[in-house]
Amino acid sequence: MTAVLEVRDLKAHFFTRRGVVAAVDGVDFSLQRGEVMGLVGESGSGKTVTGLSILGLIDPPGRIVAGSIKLAGQELVGADEETWRTIRGRKVAMIFQDPMMTLNPVLRIDTQMMEAILAHEKVPQEEARQRCRDALGRVGIPSPDERLSAYPHQFSGGMRQRVAIAIALLNNPELIIADEPTTALDVTIQAQIVAQVQKLAAEMGTAVVWVTHDLAVVSGLADKLAVMYAGRIVEEGPTADVLNRPMHPYTLGLLNSLPVRNPRGKPLNQIPGAAPSLLALPPGCPFAPRCPRAVDVCVTTPPAEADAGNARRLRCYNPLPSAEAA
Amino acid sequence: MSDVTLKTALPKEKVETPFARFVADYCSSTVAVAALAVVVVLIALSALAPWIAPQDPYDLTQLSIMDNMLAPGERSMEGKLYLLGTDDQGRDMLSAMFYGLKLSFFVGIVATALALAIGVALGITAAYFGGRIDTVIMRIVDLQLSFPAILIALILLSLLGKGVDKVIIALVTVQWAYYARTIRGGALVERQREYIDAARNLALPAHRIIFKHLLPNCLPPLVVVATIQVAHAISLEATLSFLGVGVPITEPSLGLLISNGYKYILSGKYWVSVYPGLLLLLTILAINLVGDRLRDLLNPRLKS
Amino acid sequence: MLAFLIRRVGQSLFVILAMAALVFLGVFLIGNPIDVLLAPDADQIERQQAIERLGLDKPLWQQFLIFLYDLVRGDLGKSFVHGTSAVGLIFERLPATMELALVALLLAVFIGIPLGIIAGLKSDSWAGRSIMTGSIVGFSLPNFWFGIMLILFFAVTLQWLPAGGRGPTGSLFGIELSLLNPAGWPNLLMPALTLAIYKVSLVIRLAYSGTREAMLQDYVRFARAKGLSRKRILGVHVLKNILIPIVTVLGLELGSMIAFAVVTESVFAWPGIGKLLIDSIGRLDRPVIVAYLMIVVALFALINLLVDILYSVLDPRVRLSESGS
Repeated sequence: MTAVLEVRDLKAHFFTRRGVVAAVDGVDFSLQRGEVMGLVGESGSGKTVTGLSILGLIDPPGRIVAGSIKLAGQELVGADEETWRTIRGRKVAMIFQDPMMTLNPVLRIDTQMMEAILAHEKVPQEEARQRCRDALGRVGIPSPDERLSAYPHQFSGGMRQRVAIAIALLNNPELIIADEPTTALDVTIQAQIVAQVQKLAAEMGTAVVWVTHDLAVVSGLADKLAVMYAGRIVEEGPTADVLNRPMHPYTLGLLNSLPVRNPRGKPLNQIPGAAPSLLALPPGCPFAPRCPRAVDVCVTTPPAEADAGNARRLRCYNPLPSAEAA
Repeated sequence: MSDVTLKTALPKEKVETPFARFVADYCSSTVAVAALAVVVVLIALSALAPWIAPQDPYDLTQLSIMDNMLAPGERSMEGKLYLLGTDDQGRDMLSAMFYGLKLSFFVGIVATALALAIGVALGITAAYFGGRIDTVIMRIVDLQLSFPAILIALILLSLLGKGVDKVIIALVTVQWAYYARTIRGGALVERQREYIDAARNLALPAHRIIFKHLLPNCLPPLVVVATIQVAHAISLEATLSFLGVGVPITEPSLGLLISNGYKYILSGKYWVSVYPGLLLLLTILAINLVGDRLRDLLNPRLKS
Repeated sequence: MLAFLIRRVGQSLFVILAMAALVFLGVFLIGNPIDVLLAPDADQIERQQAIERLGLDKPLWQQFLIFLYDLVRGDLGKSFVHGTSAVGLIFERLPATMELALVALLLAVFIGIPLGIIAGLKSDSWAGRSIMTGSIVGFSLPNFWFGIMLILFFAVTLQWLPAGGRGPTGSLFGIELSLLNPAGWPNLLMPALTLAIYKVSLVIRLAYSGTREAMLQDYVRFARAKGLSRKRILGVHVLKNILIPIVTVLGLELGSMIAFAVVTESVFAWPGIGKLLIDSIGRLDRPVIVAYLMIVVALFALINLLVDILYSVLDPRVRLSESGS
């Protein structure tokens, strides 16, 4: 069965006045139908840029410089703008972080929903409207008719995000990129949104890339995890496996810094140092300066991606031994 | 894990002071640098006018009515060359333009400085004390800003009469409200910030908080507004003088020169109106270009 | 919505009242009303009549009420120069100024907005940059000098357009308008252009920054992510958002155009209220000055009111927050 999404050696660079920023520097992964992948990393790791690349929304001064993105077998890198336009909102949809800003404040909800349908299909207005009503129902918004005539600022944050999800689902896309959709929301609402997306992915067979910096959020939701650092995926594998048996020191660092993993009364665990500036990456592995397990080769040559058995992939010369875990 | 030292030093980025970066950013636009150069040259020329102008066009003893309305490049009967011609009183256009420019800068800069002082004082007071004082001051500001500057100036000058000082008063009256509003906006935002609370908690006296803490952070938009307002003031003075309500005809003003030349336009004697206007345009344009560049640099919103 | 309207109308009336009070104080308290409102060559009988009519022997607050009453009736004395009602004089010349200001406003909108949007979308191209440079030149131009240059070029050198004055007019409900008579259009062109140039530049810059800012907004990105065509994004999403600040500014600018008409009318000898004002200042025809002030204030208040209403129609956030919460 062809994968819904196949990303090979994706590189997206930004050409700024102060230098070239290699925001995404060689990312590989694939997704099957209905699979949910958590793309985890700190800010600046390149996870958002990866998501935007899949939709072709990287604007100057950035662009995709190398690599391939295949959506259901169709190559997208190098496609012209009109091809991208037909894909966006139809085969791939995106949910952004801040629902307050993604909905246009001066337009009604029904306008913004119906235009997503009408941009891709010629259907009569009433049919489009009905589909919107259904979509709102599916994300658990009551009295959809009233909601359709309303404006975004009349909704709460959680509701707005549900509307954004509904819009994403309108044309039954094969893939959804969710870029930190719950970061701006209350913890209680967070849980609801996560549950919603999970249910819909299962029901409709939509693959999901859930981009986040919060491991806790994706741990219950994702089928597999990919950890990003400085523009590359450093570790990938089935969720439970990665969480229980992390192999990359960075992943272990992330896990250990989760508050729930820290005993009371002791100082919080942190990864020492800070993420490197993408304008001045060290030679060798970008994590080496902060890595407790770094050896000589780590400092000189960047590690290549390698198969680590059991659907696990890893970029590390000196991974954690299997015994070492939480 | 917290006492583990880093294995290798993280590579360092180039560091420059904010001011150096500001200057470098400003200079990255050749137009802006050229404009700044033009402004500096014009100010120098106008300041040096009494020494470099071939003639003092407002000293009646130096004028000869026989030389009037000579075209640019013509010579008078005694052989004096008038590069840009003369006006109907026999004034050398080139000299008159230098003197006029001097007046324009004088009026523009003095009026802006005074309006700035008054506006900032009132605006910061309104922001800092809030409540009734704030409401009263801002109501006056709003009322005034909803009126076109030219009308306020016209009415004031019709009451006060002509004169350089009166023009300055009119310009100050028209401008102060912009500064008051700009600084109040900035001060209100800054007032909420923690460092003001910290200063308050240290029981620093109000004027010290205002001058040493609040004010410096509100400066950038003020600089932009002030620059553009100088250009505005120069334009307004010229307009008022053109209309005959500004400076009296014994004073040099580019607006007056243009108005003088207006009656000769239809007979094709263009030079009395055209050249002073070009100088005026150049001056205002250069100042506006500088102000525009400053605004681009100091406006946080469009910084991507 | 109704509550909003009533409140706004109330505010406008308040402003007019405040202005009337200011003018009243200026004329009756600080100045000498006799000097201001009565011709210098009035004789004893006329003086006595004026004192009685204005109630100058009565307490100040009564004088104010009489003043307001006169205001509402449209009687602010007779022009010294023309001998007719000052208010009547202003209303007679008002259509000339209004049509000039309106044509200039239309020019500003229909030239400025498209140019500004183009510049905003292609800000790094040759076209975008020249538009923006042109706009700075446009608003640095001294208005009166530009008018003179236009006359020099089109009227004196090329002889295509008349040098000044208002051309033949057509009549509608007794109001004379150049717009109604095509023979009058050549006369309207240069003054309108002169008046408009500053506004066109302003509108270009507003549309430019509005467009650039809008394009950076998340909702534009989201619209692109939905697969909407560029035409739709611009025409619907962006346009509606940038119209709001533009409408606000244009409304305010209409008022200032009426004021700036003073300069344009002087250059082109256009018989509107601006020229009347300058002439009156020069000839110390004070009743006309007072009448001008009051009428212009009322006009501005009206324009501001209309702009606010238009603004609330365009921006639903304003409308709904006023009525509901």
